[in-house]
Amino acid sequence: MAEATVTHAGDAPGRPDGLRGIAADISSDQRAFKTASWGKAMMWIFLLSDTFIFSCFLLSYMTVRISTTVPWPNPSEVFALHIGGSDIPLILIAIMTFVLISSSGTMAMAVNYGYRRDRKKTAILMLVTAALGATFVGMQAFEWSKLISEGVRPWGNPWGADQFGSSFFMITGFHGTHVTIGVIFLLIVARRVWRGDFDVGRRGFFTDRRGHYETVEIMGLYWHFVDLVWVFIFALFYLW
Amino acid sequence: MVDATHGGMGTIPAAEVPDVELYHPHSWIEKYVFSQDAKYIAIQYSITALAIGLVALVLSWLIRLQLGFPGVFTFIDADHYYQFITMHGMIMVIYLLTALFLGGFGNYLIPLMIGARDMVFPFVNMLSYWVYLLAVLVLAASFFMPGGPTGAGWTLYPPQAILSGTPGQQWGIILMLISLIIFIIGFTMGGLNYVVTVLQARARGMTLMRMPLTVWGIFTATILALLAFPALLVANIMMLFDKLLGTSFFMPAIVELGQQMSYRGGSPILFQHLFWFFGHPEVYIVALPAFGIVSDLIATHARRNIFGYRMMVWAIVAIAALSFVVWAHHMYVSGMNPNFGFFFATTTLIIAIPTAIKVYNWILTLWRGNIHLNVPMLFALGFIVTFVNGGLSGLFLGNVVVDVPLSDTMFVVAHFHMVMGVAPIMVIFGAIYHWYPKITGRMMDEGLGKFHFWVTFLGAYLIYFPMHYLGLLGVPRRYHDLGTTDFIPPNVATLNEFITVMALIVGFAQMVFLYNLFTSVWKGKLAGGNPWRATTLEWQTPQTPPAHGNFGKDLPVVYRWAYDYSVPGAKEDFIPQNQPPSAATA
Ligand code: HEM
Ligand SMILES: [Cu+2]
Repeated sequence: MAEATVTHAGDAPGRPDGLRGIAADISSDQRAFKTASWGKAMMWIFLLSDTFIFSCFLLSYMTVRISTTVPWPNPSEVFALHIGGSDIPLILIAIMTFVLISSSGTMAMAVNYGYRRDRKKTAILMLVTAALGATFVGMQAFEWSKLISEGVRPWGNPWGADQFGSSFFMITGFHGTHVTIGVIFLLIVARRVWRGDFDVGRRGFFTDRRGHYETVEIMGLYWHFVDLVWVFIFALFYLW
Repeated sequence: MVDATHGGMGTIPAAEVPDVELYHPHSWIEKYVFSQDAKYIAIQYSITALAIGLVALVLSWLIRLQLGFPGVFTFIDADHYYQFITMHGMIMVIYLLTALFLGGFGNYLIPLMIGARDMVFPFVNMLSYWVYLLAVLVLAASFFMPGGPTGAGWTLYPPQAILSGTPGQQWGIILMLISLIIFIIGFTMGGLNYVVTVLQARARGMTLMRMPLTVWGIFTATILALLAFPALLVANIMMLFDKLLGTSFFMPAIVELGQQMSYRGGSPILFQHLFWFFGHPEVYIVALPAFGIVSDLIATHARRNIFGYRMMVWAIVAIAALSFVVWAHHMYVSGMNPNFGFFFATTTLIIAIPTAIKVYNWILTLWRGNIHLNVPMLFALGFIVTFVNGGLSGLFLGNVVVDVPLSDTMFVVAHFHMVMGVAPIMVIFGAIYHWYPKITGRMMDEGLGKFHFWVTFLGAYLIYFPMHYLGLLGVPRRYHDLGTTDFIPPNVATLNEFITVMALIVGFAQMVFLYNLFTSVWKGKLAGGNPWRATTLEWQTPQTPPAHGNFGKDLPVVYRWAYDYSVPGAKEDFIPQNQPPSAATA
């Protein structure tokens, strides 16, 4: 027994290939994910948990939509804008979706420049991302006020099932909150990038830890996730 | 013993990441109040959980007084009774057990047992505690609001939870929902930390398959919680909207006090699905850490390596995975499609397999062990007995045909108290007696501990065993007063009196425990660094209690699994995990 556990400090032996290699890596010592930093691992796990939250919201919405006996308002009429004399269905949502997806693009570019330690470009691209995010929230606010002025309330609406308003405000509100929080953090991180905190390894105010450009990437993970969730909301709420 | 399980071969790889920079407090307040040291946060969590748990304990006395002596305590009217059982159940499950196992033991043990200096994000970890405290305060505040705390039952089923027939429908239910939402936010901050710490911050040589089962249990339970609490969060938000904004997510068209309400078209069953999608994993959120801890207690105090370590790990993981597909066994009588009943009964019974494997392995670990019948061991044994007991009645209830007549009877109350009340509490006690010397440097009093164990263990049996019988007679649960009913024989009243007396005695024993817990801080025998002669890393720290940063200048290097007890040919009957191979045998 004792011999069997003989171990000496030294070079790591070669790891097996394929699936076994993956298993060996994950269960090896110190770190399960060799390339992920603590912050990144934490963000991924948080996003997994958040996925469950959004899934529960969307499943609940689908359940009430299926089980209510009153007809569901027709989304392409409800979400139409009256522009130039004709009703264009889903036009606002289309623009919002476009804005949000574009912001994912600028975010990805910011991450890229972050890795090249290009302080200015990173910060500017993050600010653009934040601006696009804020635009999205602004348009959402516009949509909310339009619907409210037409008589949609969480507890009822002029066109059909009460659950329409409830689910709409709840789900878009929850998603909009995510975007807003993202915008706030984008601004904070952009400021730190701009100031050069990550170049000199300045310590965080609360945590006393040195900052890294990786923060930009972690921020990006969150941002892409929020965009991805929007795609599902778009498909399930507006297109169904 | 050839070492397939301990991952013995190979070499110790070089450090992959530089040692962390610790956070050093700048002021008294940062050191003693807003501390970022996981050990300190653990103690804050534990004391808060025990304090609110005490409230739940007192509530259980009041419940029992009413059941044992109906009509004698006139201040316990029907409304109060419902409020008491609701708060008792919710506090016990969420604010005591979940917080104590994950926030308390998780914080203390994870970094120490895997050889880390602290949690990966100490600041977030600290926030987690303060948010938890806020949740507890909001919950406690509901006792003082007009109308009192909610009496909706710990399951909070709508529509009744927010209608005026239920006590606490003014403020109680609102504060309950808000408090749970806050709790979930706080828990998530801590939970992310525990998971990432286990995954990414282990010592050199600490492979996943060398981790003590305690860490496996807490780690898996945390993942469960991170995936199960979202359902509760969503259900709470939706119910809050139903209550405050008048939405109809869960509320069907309904008449209240003769008035047609404005709700229409919601789905009460949806709430039940969401609640139990959280609720069943919740059982394992408190059971898995208990499984893990009890494995370590048994191995240490029987001086035996744990039997079938690999199987134990896989059983924990399998139970965790399965626990997400059994939730509707709580809804057999809610009006489901019978085919669902069949599906959920099957999955429920399948969980019994990995669970039984664990029980067999504990027993095989004890087999021919050098069992030290000290207090932690007694509680570990008490856990096995009560858990098997509750598990067996669970097999009954898992079957639809058996469950239907037993639903909402005292049989159910007896079952879940055995399996998720008494059994995990036994482990908590055992764990406190076991790790107390590490946390304070002193032993708890052995005599008082034994008294505590025997009264609690025998008392728990005398309370809950008769309750099964009451359930079989058809005595319903959540009844303020049984009144006179033909099918309930008069001896039920006598039995209820007996149970109440036992509950009070058991309650008294807990006061003895608290006395022991607090006075031993200065009166206990000095313990030394490793009084149980245990192998795991937390016992090998240079200081006891461990100092900030846990391991002094150099982090430990791990050479073996956590269960090298009574190894033939070794100098001592235990070999610490960080002992190099050459030193162990020479
Ligand atoms: C100190 C010993 C305890 C006693 C004497 C006790 C007693 C009781 C009784 C008599 C009831 C049922 C009331 C009724 O249905 O009319 C009850 C309900 C309950 N208890 Fe305990 N209990 C104890 C500890 C615990 C613990 C440790 C837990 C942790 C899991 C727990 C969780 C619950 C839950 C979840 C309910 C259901 C509440 C409801 O129906 O909404 N209890 N308790
Ligand atoms: Cu269950």
